[in-house]
Amino acid sequence: MLRDITIGQHFPGTSILHTMDPRVKLILTIAYIVMLFVGSNPAGLAISIVLLMVLYTVAKIPMKMIWKSIKPILPIILFTAVLNLFFMTGTSEPIFSWWIFKIYKEGIGYAVLMSVRIVCLIVGTSLLTYTTSPIVLTDAIEQLLHPFAKLHLPVHELAMMMTIALRFIPTLIEETDKIMNAQKARGAQLDSGSLKDRIKALIPVLIPLFISAFRRADELAMAMECRCYHGGEGRTKLKQLHMRGSDIIIAIAAIVVFVAIGMSNRYFPRIG
Amino acid sequence: MSAIIKVEDLSYIYNQGMPDETVALDHVSFEVQEGEFVGVIGSTGCGKSTLITHFNGINKPTMGRIYIGGEDMWENPKEIRRFRFQVGLVFQYPEYQLFEETIYKDIAFGPTNMGLDAKEIDRRVCRAAEFCGIPASSLNKSPFELSGGQKRRVAIAGVLAMEPKILVLDEPAAGLDPEGRDMILGQIREYHKQTGSTIVLVSHSMEDIAKYADRVLVMNGGHIAMYDTTERVFARAPELLELGLSVPEVTKVFLRLRSMGLDIPTDVYTVKYAVKTILAARQQAKEGK
Repeated sequence: MLRDITIGQHFPGTSILHTMDPRVKLILTIAYIVMLFVGSNPAGLAISIVLLMVLYTVAKIPMKMIWKSIKPILPIILFTAVLNLFFMTGTSEPIFSWWIFKIYKEGIGYAVLMSVRIVCLIVGTSLLTYTTSPIVLTDAIEQLLHPFAKLHLPVHELAMMMTIALRFIPTLIEETDKIMNAQKARGAQLDSGSLKDRIKALIPVLIPLFISAFRRADELAMAMECRCYHGGEGRTKLKQLHMRGSDIIIAIAAIVVFVAIGMSNRYFPRIG
Repeated sequence: MSAIIKVEDLSYIYNQGMPDETVALDHVSFEVQEGEFVGVIGSTGCGKSTLITHFNGINKPTMGRIYIGGEDMWENPKEIRRFRFQVGLVFQYPEYQLFEETIYKDIAFGPTNMGLDAKEIDRRVCRAAEFCGIPASSLNKSPFELSGGQKRRVAIAGVLAMEPKILVLDEPAAGLDPEGRDMILGQIREYHKQTGSTIVLVSHSMEDIAKYADRVLVMNGGHIAMYDTTERVFARAPELLELGLSVPEVTKVFLRLRSMGLDIPTDVYTVKYAVKTILAARQQAKEGK
């Protein structure tokens, strides 16, 4: 159950998207999210979808992974779509009306627009994490936030915390699984019984989990100190990030597409 | 004697239908008789742990059936908890499951879940604590004040307090010093002798298996490679070595002596028996002269 979460999962590969400078990738992803909300016409959405399809093909990520990242948020998408469908009122006559429910043309349009946006948002950001390992990603964030270090923002420490947190997610999931099994073996009702029983049964799982998390944190801190870690000051990187020609070409291409999405608003009618 | 655990054509597949599908158990069948002490050995990733977590219904078989005391475990999935009280399962590093404020309460967790009355719980907790060498005076202490070895004894006591007919242990002595190891395994043997319960012990230490087990189950790649009495399994030392396993040190010595041309038995796996064999051989040699 816990293992099915794919958001934030890395999918190793050697494509041009995998080897790209993560800083450029991160900025382009953010720009893409903005453009998703700028382009509110059919052509703009179509370009966004096509762009994603091209990128996924280039990165050689199987279509199955896309479905896996959408699946957990499917209820949210459906909920948004249904809400928009019934609550948007338009100026023209309703297409469908029954009892208190009325569906307008604008409602349908908006429902489609919002669903496509959410799907693209998830699939697009998943592409970033699929093609970039969490360590590289936090490295990029650290470098991008570097100017703020002058304002005494603890950029390095924040990045280190993020790296450690990401690193320990799978470990803690595994640990939770183990502890749950151990308590089940002693008759704890985790997979059966009433809701109240199940909530009560979480205590024997959470306490050992916290204790083990603290123990791990302690051990990690000790190990880091043993290797003379003392914060970001004067620390150099093993892997320096470099912008290459291909990064610039991709960035320019992306900007062209983003401009196209923005321009499409002028020539095509907005939805809703 | 009747089969207390009967495994029939059991298969277990992780992540079925996914690209990373792995067959952990592949059509495994065997029986364990009531009151036996069975050792389970096998290299890492051979399916030992997957197999034993089936015995009390933590894992549900992908295929096949398991009978505990003649009853099909998964006939009525809602009643699976009943089997968890019959089959006590001690996981690897069980000390990480402790959570209560006092040792007493932690040992009482299992019996309380069984729905026993206070008097019976008290009896069981005291008995299990005594078995595991936990002094009555420390029962009101926090389990987190204890040392690693003591924590482990408390955790094992927590399973023993359910008084299971079958006790399954996954490497109960891993990471303990030699004294702690002998103590815990000795206590398990004592429990086995006194209550006549069936024990299944998973271990990487051939010495421990040789010392305690009546029968040995050898797993390899999700299959059962051997299942026989301890002597007969260790007599097949070359095959065990091929599976990436080992044999007790004393057996290695005897194998070497045999390969040097001495006429001695191959099924020697305890020091006691080895001494007897050597003495008998010397006697024979003297008489031969």
